[in-house]
Amino acid sequence: MTMTAQPQSPTMAHEPKVTVHLKIKRYNPEVDTRPHWEEYEVDMSPGDRVLDALHQVKWTLDGTLSFRRSCAHGVCGSDAVVINGQNMLACVNLIRNVGTHLTIEPIRGLPVIKDLVVDMEPFFAQYRSVLPYLIAHDDPGYKERLQSPEDRERFDDTTKCILCACCTTSCPVYWANDSYVGPAAIVNAHRFIFDSRDQATAERLDILNQKSGVWRCRTAFNCTEACPRGISVTKSIEEVKRAILYDRV
Amino acid sequence: MAWTAGAIATAQLRKNFTIGRFHAKLESVKVHYHSYDAVIVGAGGAGLRAAIEVAGKVRTAVITKLYPTRSHTGAAQGGMCAALANVEEDYWEWHAFDTVKGSDYLGDQPAIDIMCREAIDAVIDLEHFGMPFSRTPEGRIDQRRFGGHTRNHGEAPVRRSCYAADRTGHMILQTLYQQCVAREVNFFNEFQVFDVLFDESGGERRAAGVVAYELATGDLHVFVSKGVLFATGGYGKVFRISSNAHTLTGDGQGVLYRRGIPMQDLEFYQFHPTGIYGFGILLSEAARGEGGILRNGLGERFMERVAPTVKDLAPRDMVSRAIHAEIREGRGAGPDKDFVYLDLTHLPPEQIDAKLPDITDFARTYLGIEPKTQPIPIQPTAHYAMGGIPTNVEGEVIVDDKGTVLPGLYAAGECACVSVHGANRLGTNSLLDIVVFGRRGGRAMAEYVNSVDHPDIARGAEGEVRERIERFKAASGGEKVAAIRNELQQTMTENASVVRTADSLRDAHAKIEELTERYHSISIDDKGEVFNYDLVEAMELSHLLDLAKGLVVAAEARQESRGAHWRDDFPTRDDVNWMKHSLAHRGDDGNVRLEYKPVVGGRYQPMERKY
Repeated sequence: MTMTAQPQSPTMAHEPKVTVHLKIKRYNPEVDTRPHWEEYEVDMSPGDRVLDALHQVKWTLDGTLSFRRSCAHGVCGSDAVVINGQNMLACVNLIRNVGTHLTIEPIRGLPVIKDLVVDMEPFFAQYRSVLPYLIAHDDPGYKERLQSPEDRERFDDTTKCILCACCTTSCPVYWANDSYVGPAAIVNAHRFIFDSRDQATAERLDILNQKSGVWRCRTAFNCTEACPRGISVTKSIEEVKRAILYDRV
Repeated sequence: MAWTAGAIATAQLRKNFTIGRFHAKLESVKVHYHSYDAVIVGAGGAGLRAAIEVAGKVRTAVITKLYPTRSHTGAAQGGMCAALANVEEDYWEWHAFDTVKGSDYLGDQPAIDIMCREAIDAVIDLEHFGMPFSRTPEGRIDQRRFGGHTRNHGEAPVRRSCYAADRTGHMILQTLYQQCVAREVNFFNEFQVFDVLFDESGGERRAAGVVAYELATGDLHVFVSKGVLFATGGYGKVFRISSNAHTLTGDGQGVLYRRGIPMQDLEFYQFHPTGIYGFGILLSEAARGEGGILRNGLGERFMERVAPTVKDLAPRDMVSRAIHAEIREGRGAGPDKDFVYLDLTHLPPEQIDAKLPDITDFARTYLGIEPKTQPIPIQPTAHYAMGGIPTNVEGEVIVDDKGTVLPGLYAAGECACVSVHGANRLGTNSLLDIVVFGRRGGRAMAEYVNSVDHPDIARGAEGEVRERIERFKAASGGEKVAAIRNELQQTMTENASVVRTADSLRDAHAKIEELTERYHSISIDDKGEVFNYDLVEAMELSHLLDLAKGLVVAAEARQESRGAHWRDDFPTRDDVNWMKHSLAHRGDDGNVRLEYKPVVGGRYQPMERKY
């Protein structure tokens, strides 16, 4: 290790603040008939998260602004929003990387309830429709089921999903047709279809072979670009399509 | 209270002089009544594990202020210890010894025995539920080293932590949620519990339900139920530098504390050694389990001096204090010499990618550095409350120093204090705690509710919550929630964290008194019903203030250093006077009264804690 290789961040604590302009799509169902834009300016450090800027607005300028958040480091999936046109988690994008002029909207394709808060129920209903849990009828007894590292690796990518809905709400097919189960549900089906311990592959493939299933996907790749966990979403959808076509996983 | 009268006057004015849609709604908060056998509050690991246990047995509502998968169990990284002995010799008794020693002899040994023995079943259960553990070449659950976990009573680090890369908590949370979906568990998502109900009609106080606030509508919901299990997690947001989620505001503890349930061992709060500098975001101990090294600003591996045998894998309290000492003695790094490094640069890049993908991504995202070639700046971060709602090993809540149970009331997970972690929790034992005691609490509650009648709750039980909400919406005092919370977090991190003194605690105490006074003058911007997080944050802040005060008062009283509670003015452990648990009672005036109860011993006698 070279101690001269000073990391950037500690000096960044001393970096001058920058003025961040936020243009936020607001909607309060108790007052508004339609959404409107409101603009705010806050002073932030370049190393602050977009979420910090939203908090700064809420905590110092306008307490009526509503948005979901929890962990603030990209593992809980609460704060998916559209930032400058792209689906992102507000907590894993720094001002330094996204710029000082931010247009922030709720994710698309789910009903807006208030400001940046959308109704997640349709999303979770689609998740539940693919039987997102291990189904294994054998009795493993008192021991663990064995699984080789290679078999474990086959579904590793799709275990990373945090159900933030960045993928599903970036999908043009989903915007046009909300009966499509959407990428996130397929990712969570993939996680079990390719798990060597699971015994319900046929049932899940039947569900995803229906007209609301994988064939709706037009490989736009928006989902893969939007995933904050770096999951190869489109690839996993393609693997499920192939499993249906060739009847094997 | 004077401000109650003020609020009534304001409400009266509003009634007489204002018209219009919004105020008309304010006058009539909708109330819904539900009847269940059991209610589980919180849907992290402990709540979900309890829900699985009661599913199909008793009619249950699971109430969470988030969506279950947003819970902070998902942020746990490194693993869950159990003496499976899959990769090397190990016994649950060794695990128990390490836990007792790690607790600085404040943990109750019968409870620790149960946890370490049942750990093995708990891991196997999770595997059967579908948990995608990382595997050995033979296909068994892989295990790795972790801080404070040793072979044969301290000889050397042992591979005991079962893990799924560095997202073990995420996998546990997902797996438990998946099993709840399979069992069609009845969730009330984004409902926040603000009060607990008791039935005293039988002469004895017993649990009778909760009052919840529905975030989407602003409606109140009275859940009448025979059993109530709190699993609401920690309160790490009392500190400024914290690994905890914004939502970890001690709601379960806060609600019960206000209703006369004591809080145990609040002075024991864990600071994780490796939080990302400036952010406090957790970098798992697994980084050191995989061979990572801590270095000060001079490049020295300072843990060699502090813990010659286990070095960087010493327990968290010791490592955090060692970092604090390096910084205080001028050997920190950076322009302000206020951090040290976690160095992974000597590890094979493939190992980093396979075993530590998430945390290295955090370093890239938040600090813009590449951990394969650059050391990561870190500082201790507030992480875990050892103390909380006192329970026995069945998860039943205890209300005094004699072990008296409050029938029907349960707690599990970080919000509870069994006590298996004593003065300092070992890494991985929190994930273990939630599954072992979530299961036990759920099981005990299911048995209990099948043996008692439905409680008797009169209509209007939501009255106090309704009054608090209306008071906030009517208030015009000018104090801001965020300002008070920031000042609270600042004083707690400065004065009541890794190292404490009588003076620093006195400062914190005085500040909390001032902030509590100012809290009465809070006003909020959002007077609406729909997703009014402005109101929610105001309500949560009262929990943070109450728990912070309890913590500081208990810490002022404890004139010794034990585990995570370090007093520079009393730098030794005092087993004669202080081998006992504190119980903080909150009076109606907000003042704290302390009492104590003995530690329950076992086969391990206290000895000096060296590693």
